[in-house]
Order: sequence, then structure tokens, then C-alpha cells
Amino acid sequence: MTDSKTLIRGAKVLGGRPQDVLVSGGRIAEVGARLDAAGAAVVEADGLVLLPGLVDLHTHLREPGREDSETVLTGTRAAAIGGYTAVHAMANTFPVADTAGVVEQVWRLGRESGYCDVQPVGAVTVGLAGRQLAELGAMADSAAQVRVFSDDGKCVDDAVIMRRALEYVKAFDGVVAQHAQEPRLTEGAQMNEGTVSGELGLTGWPAVAEESVIARDVLLAAHVGSRVHICHLSTAGSVEIVRWAKSKGWAVTAEVTPHHLLLTDELVRTYNPVYKVNPPLRTEADVVALREALADGTIDCVATDHAPHPHEDKDCEWAAAAMGMVGLETALSVVQHTMVDTGLLDWTGVADRMSARPAAIGRLAGHGRPVAPGEPANLVLLDPAYRGVVNPADFASRSRNTPYEGRELPGRVIATFLRGHATVMDGKLT
Amino acid sequence: MKRHLISAADLTRDDALLVLDTAEEMARVADRPIKKLPTLRGRTVVNLFFEDSTRTRISFEAAAKRLSADVINFSAKGSSVSKGESLKDTALTLEAMGADAVVVRHYSSGAPHRLATSGWINASVVNAGDGTHEHPTQALLDAFTMRRHLSGPGRDLSGRRITVVGDVLHSRVARSNVLLLTTLGAQVTLVAPPTLLPIGVEHWPCEVSYDLDAVLAKSDAVMMLRVQRERMNAAFFPTEREYARRYGLDGIRMAALPEHAIVMHPGPMNRGMEITAEVADSPRCTAVEQVANGVSTRMAVLYLMLGGSEPALSAGTDTRTEVRNGAPADDAPRTDAALTPDTHAPRTQESK
Repeated sequence: MTDSKTLIRGAKVLGGRPQDVLVSGGRIAEVGARLDAAGAAVVEADGLVLLPGLVDLHTHLREPGREDSETVLTGTRAAAIGGYTAVHAMANTFPVADTAGVVEQVWRLGRESGYCDVQPVGAVTVGLAGRQLAELGAMADSAAQVRVFSDDGKCVDDAVIMRRALEYVKAFDGVVAQHAQEPRLTEGAQMNEGTVSGELGLTGWPAVAEESVIARDVLLAAHVGSRVHICHLSTAGSVEIVRWAKSKGWAVTAEVTPHHLLLTDELVRTYNPVYKVNPPLRTEADVVALREALADGTIDCVATDHAPHPHEDKDCEWAAAAMGMVGLETALSVVQHTMVDTGLLDWTGVADRMSARPAAIGRLAGHGRPVAPGEPANLVLLDPAYRGVVNPADFASRSRNTPYEGRELPGRVIATFLRGHATVMDGKLT
Repeated sequence: MKRHLISAADLTRDDALLVLDTAEEMARVADRPIKKLPTLRGRTVVNLFFEDSTRTRISFEAAAKRLSADVINFSAKGSSVSKGESLKDTALTLEAMGADAVVVRHYSSGAPHRLATSGWINASVVNAGDGTHEHPTQALLDAFTMRRHLSGPGRDLSGRRITVVGDVLHSRVARSNVLLLTTLGAQVTLVAPPTLLPIGVEHWPCEVSYDLDAVLAKSDAVMMLRVQRERMNAAFFPTEREYARRYGLDGIRMAALPEHAIVMHPGPMNRGMEITAEVADSPRCTAVEQVANGVSTRMAVLYLMLGGSEPALSAGTDTRTEVRNGAPADDAPRTDAALTPDTHAPRTQESK
């Protein structure tokens, strides 16, 4: 399969002038004008934009344990539809990915799926319980070669455990990805704490519960000279702390989700649990700050926090509902809508924030590379002129819990190439 | 009136006055020998209670029964709900049984809103208290009580100064009252320790004070909210005694109120906590009257939501039954009379 040749004709590489890109043997063979199509399958890409395949630092594939909401296969199919060629599978599965055995299982399922590379994330602590370090070294040395460690869904709130984890992962160039949520300040929390939560009578999740943990962790990372990554940063105050930490030259990186770039807590007035997510949807001022921070690079990357849930876990009253939204299949459209169409980011910037930087943070070889001869042919071809209404029935994901149902969004992935092999062609899975 | 009553914000000034005026007429029924109207005969009202609340449930039950509705009480405890049935499946079950109105009390804020808007049922939904969100019929009965003491039938509460004291953060009563009383023209002041006020309360259409003594002399009514003693375990206040000293209403503080001012409490009272026995048992305290007014107000709500816009054909027969029973015709509630235009009711329907 990877021996075949494909000629992508007339694509705007990183949004620039139209060029031909010849793919051969899983790699980019040539980039230029009017390349020879002999022996190659031709993909006409007039008006389409070519980017390096997207990389997600934050995906919940749910397998093992919650295959009713997603499996590695359905999740990677959704990823391919969304233009992703690599996803980091979060550790909060059943059993938790806190041993070499579980991360290797997930890694192997990803290889078998063939739609997208799956890089498992290892848990920081045993059972995500926050008490005892998991065998981080064993996971790093396993076939899965784990480099990102996270208790995502739970905060590593014990300062000593966090400090030790940050120190320990230096031995294998790992990074701790923190779900920043001070647990005591968020007991029973249902939504952003602010004017809307006061009116709706829903227990608030205050911004300070995120910001205080981020402040502590950037100081800890600086103190021990390690890397820390902030998951799904959601408030304007968090942006200020990360900006300050970066100005000090500390090894701090951060991600933002597509939904935090677009949606606000005003939507909770519907009490529709499709808008229930953790961290919660914040205010308009936060959305503006997050977009600016992504544009200026304070926030390094977009990560989906793709969180599939079965219908019954959302078809209920707010407090009983699960937190989370699916995001793989709509991320690029939301980023185009919020960042590109607003003039905040060009396609080169999108390639940086959705491919190059997340791959670098995750130490993922072969992804997030330039569109240049000799590089692995992990590519996505998209149509930025497309306008479509989100219909969850069309999703490749096993779950349908999208907050964008019925919303018109721009852009559509036409083709995704994983090492030269088309996982998506003409907008459909191959 | 909207089809559902979820929030006090669903009521315009005219809607609210219509409910209160209707409730006045319903209250007259309570003075009759036979405390029953035929208006909702054949209609089914389900009291769906996911949270223990004997007072509110029996108030709604009495209201529905006085309107001759069939009443089904569904308590989540000991039912299929305690075995894990979802709100949706419970709703579908009630729908299948032909509920015309569902009166719902739920521990989760927004649950009645979900029932009304998610397409699970067609019945009208009345919020009988959801989590720490709203309790609109409580606000209506409170307004009804205030109006009787402070303004009068047919009038709103313009210029009246109402002070609401206590655990505003966790109070659905406070939220609904702020909305409804403001709609009716009153000026509301919330008084609480800062820990028991929600973030963003400065955007609410009311004043906020941390000092009860500073506002008493300017209050036409003081509403004391129930404060759960357990709150001090989460550090909302240091001790019960300190709470009572700073925010409790005792005889001395009551004496600082203007002479005409009333003391209200939605119940159940924590005597010695937010209110002393001296105040609770004083003639200025309307707590018991509020309970009676609750039935009239809920009758008005059920009537307006279920019967108010349609001619109740079968009601004609019953009106005459009542006349035969000796009730003077001019004593019949206006609403009932308006509903039973004998001249419009086809004869063939009368025998049904």
C-alpha cells in the first residue's frame, strides 16, 4: 500500500500558493509545480489547503472498559475524518493505563486500526488516585514508548506527588500533563462559577480552582527544571499565568480545546447536558483571551479533549449527566471558524498549533513535520470554502455528544493521509 | 401564561397579577362548606417528588383535589426511581398514564426545565422546587401574602420594600422571590453573610446587604429563609449561635420594623436559628397564613395552566350541582363562571 504513488495536484500548501505534492513509498517525494503524474493516483486539490496531519494531545478513546462509548477503532476513524494522523489516548480507561501492559494494549489496538497513530498517555499515579506514582519508567520503556503522563479527569493535587512526578519523568524526557482542578474548590461543581451559575442555582467551578493549580505547577516545574503541560486551559487568568511562566523561560506548555474557543456558559441556561464539560464552558471574556493566547503562541496547541459518552449519559437532568464532548470530527472546523476566519491565525499557524507543536510536546516522531521532500506523508487536505451543518448522525465516532448539532461550521476534511495511505478520501473513510 | 411554570421569570407582570387575582377567588372557595370546584374534572395531575417535601406535595395535592382533578402522587423513594430509573423513563411512564400536568420537585437544578423542553412529555410542567434554582409557586404565594397585607387585591407591590434574609446561595425561594417581586414592582434587599450569597449577585435586580439591623427599619416585609445547621460544617459560618446573633430575627430586631411590617417564613422553621420562637409565634409572623395561601395560589396556577384557555364543557353540569347544593351563584369564582358559559355549551354535552 505504501509503495503506491499519489499526486496531490494544485493544493495550497499551508494555505500558500498552489503546488503539486507527490507522495511515494509513504513519504513526500517531491513538492513543486506541474509534477509528473505518471503512475500516480491523482487527487485534484484545486482550492484546497494542504496541512501536515493533525496531532491531538488529548483524546479519550475509552478502550479498554467503556467500549459502549468509543473503541480505539471507532475513535481513530473519527480522528481520520477530522484530519488527524496521531492521537494521544488518555489514561482514564478501565483498567487505568497505569502499567506497561495497558499502554501496550492500547498502542497495539491503534496499530491494528490503521486509521491513525495512537500514542498512549500513561497515568501519573496508580489508578489516578493521586497517592502513589505509577510505574512511569516501565511505560516509557514499553513498546508504547510513553512520554506524556496525565491523571486527566483528576488533578494531581498533592504538591509532593506532582513535584516527584515532574522530577522523575526527566529521566526519559517525559512531560506531566496536568488537569488543573483544585478538588476542594470544585466539590460538586456543575458549571463555571459566575453570574450564570448564581442564577441557575448550579454549583460553581471557579476559575481560581484552575489558576491556583497552574500557578503552583509552573513554579514547581521551574523549581525542579522539568517540563509541565497544562491540559485544556480555560480561563483568562490561566493565560496570564502561562504567559508569565513562559516569559521566565520555563518549560511550560498549554493546550486549549475547540469548545473553549467558541462556547460560553450562557449555553448552560438551556440545562442541556450536551454543554456539560470539565473544565466548564467559561465566559465571553475568557473565550476572547483564549483565542488571543492561541494566536500569540502563549497557548501552544489545540487539543480536542474528545470525550465520548453514550446517549443515556446525556439524555437526563444536568446534575446526573456525564461531563465531556466529542470533538475530533469538528475540531478543525471550529478552529477555522474561531481563528482563521477571524484573521487571528493563518493556515501556517494552524499547522503549528494543531500539528507541529503538539507533536513536539508529545515527542512524537514522524508527525507535525514540514510538507517537504523526504518527510513522512502524514497530511490532511481540507476545503476551507465548504459550509455545512453539523449532523451527529454522520459521525464516525460511536458517540454523538456534540455541542454543535445543527450549527453551521466552515471547512471540511477532504482527504487524510497516514504515511501516504489515504485513510479518508472525498470526505469519507476509505 | 406559558404552558409550563419553571421559573418566576416566566411570568410577566400581567401573568403574575392574573395568578394572584385568580388565587383570591380560589381562596373564597376555601370558605365555602364544599371546598371544591369542578374545573379540572377528568384531568390528571401528577405530583412527581424526587425529594422529600411533605408540605409542598400536600399543598399541590389539596389544590388539585379542590379543582376536582385526579391526583397521582409519585414519590421517588421506594419507587422505580430508587432502582435507577432515569428521569426520562419516569416521564415517559407518566405520559403513558395520561398526565395533563406534572408537578415536579427535584434535587437537581434544571430538572423541571429538562422535563418541559426535552420532548419526553406533552404535559404541562410545574416546578415545585428544583435544587438550588427556583420555586416559583412559593414566590407566588409569598407575593399573594404580601399583597394581602401591604397593597390589596388587583394591585402589584410597587414601592414595597422586601428584605430576604439568610442562605440565599442555596435558596430556590430567594431566587424566585427576587424575580417575581421585582416583576411586581417591589424593591428587594438580600441580607446574608457574604459566604451565603452567590457569585454574581451584584447583577441581580436587587440590593444586597451584610447588615440586617441596617435594613430592618426600611422593610415592609422581612422574609427569613431556612438555614440548614449543617452549613456550618462547610465553613459558611462559624457556629449556629454566631449565625443567630448576626442574622437571626428575634424580638428586639422585630421591634425595629415599621409597625405595619410582616415577618414571613417559607417553612419549615429552625426556631432558635434564623427565627426565635417569640417572633415565630407573634401575630406579625405569616408563616401559617402562607401555607393556606399556598393552596389557593397553586389552585390558581393549575387552573390557569390546565383549564384557563379552554371551555370546560363538562363543568356546566357541576356548576348547577353546586347551585343545587346551595352555593350562591355570585359566590362562584369569576374564573369558574367564565369557564362555564352554559349558553355556549351544546346541550348534548351537558349530560356527559
